Amino acid sequence: MCLAVPLRIKELDGTDAVVERDGVSRRVKVNFIREPKVGDYVMVHAGFAIEKVDSRQAEEDLEAFRELEQVLSTL
Amino acid sequence: MALDKTKTYHLMEVCGTHTMAIAKSGIRNVLPAFIRLVSGPGCPVCVTPPEVIDAALRLTERPNVIIATYGDMIRVPGSVKGDNLARRSAMGAKVRIVYSAMDALEIAKAEPGSEVVFLGVGFETSAPGTATSVEEAKRQCIGNYSVFSMLKMLEPSIRALASDPEFNVQGFICPGHVAVILGEQGLKFFEELGLPAVIAGFDTDDIVNAVRMLMVQIAKGEARLENQYTDVVRPEGNPMARELMDKFLVPRKDIWRGLGEIEQSGYGLRPEYAAWDAEQKFDIHFGKPVIKTACRCGDVVKGKLDPMQCPLFGTVCVPEDPEGPCMVSAEGACAAAYKYRAF
Repeated sequence: MCLAVPLRIKELDGTDAVVERDGVSRRVKVNFIREPKVGDYVMVHAGFAIEKVDSRQAEEDLEAFRELEQVLSTL
Repeated sequence: MALDKTKTYHLMEVCGTHTMAIAKSGIRNVLPAFIRLVSGPGCPVCVTPPEVIDAALRLTERPNVIIATYGDMIRVPGSVKGDNLARRSAMGAKVRIVYSAMDALEIAKAEPGSEVVFLGVGFETSAPGTATSVEEAKRQCIGNYSVFSMLKMLEPSIRALASDPEFNVQGFICPGHVAVILGEQGLKFFEELGLPAVIAGFDTDDIVNAVRMLMVQIAKGEARLENQYTDVVRPEGNPMARELMDKFLVPRKDIWRGLGEIEQSGYGLRPEYAAWDAEQKFDIHFGKPVIKTACRCGDVVKGKLDPMQCPLFGTVCVPEDPEGPCMVSAEGACAAAYKYRAF
């Protein structure tokens, strides 16, 4: 049930947010996240952001995904 | 004190996502023989008992009711094999699969002539979102939405398991996303059980690290709660989420598949929000189901029985035609074992 990938807040309107990862986006609620901001990474569960994720770690995770995709595209 | 490698150490995970991650990674095949990873009652669909599924199935017989549910609920049988929401839907009942409680609320807004009932299954991770849907329904004056709460709590189920005389677990891999909500503080009760426990993330290296941390504690004779998933899990958890839960939900006695009735182990809606409580609105009662199946799901969710030890596993019980919920939900121990089994 959990989407255990950190997603980045792209748009924010009150407690409604659009989160994305590499061009894939979806709407989630951020109503129990303290001071959400565009650019924050959040962990998402069943349509709700449940916690902010350390952005450096999230960047590293996403960088690993990008490297993987890049390498795969050359194979 | 050191490990006795002639013994078997059982480490239990209590989260459907861990069940999946462990099965998928093949960790079990690489660990030394004296470490066994077992699944506990962490798959929310699997611990939902047949009498509650029966009640949800009966709701579909009411005119104008739309059942909105997470996808893995639709094939869970009640007390009669083959009777599930998918079959009811094929027979004309209105069943919609949603990703979030908010999607269910949107259906209610779009179809004011219908009564939308959201099947609120899940643990503490799902509870604040379910509560939010009630808050929004009230704020937006949406009267045709209600929640059938099947929400469950981690601590009472673990305490019930641990009090079983046959309980044979030496350490716990704790659910990372329940811990996001409850915090390290909310999982301190594991220490009272005298067993080591590690809050873990969901990648293979997270789980392997958690196994290492648990085995070190076992060797030293310690029983501490450690946090391996510090990127996301804070000591205090998410207090805003817990405020929402406190405002809308109230602990109550609940029924668990395999574990039976446990005091204060589930969440119902607070009486102030009875207008959005499906159990009040539709006067839902639970019968005593007569189950005619050899399905051992109840023992599987307690970690007593390995899925492959069930006589039905892979023969009459397969994901396409499941006997019990452990084979239905992708997060169920049987479904995970079936999908990723080694030949």
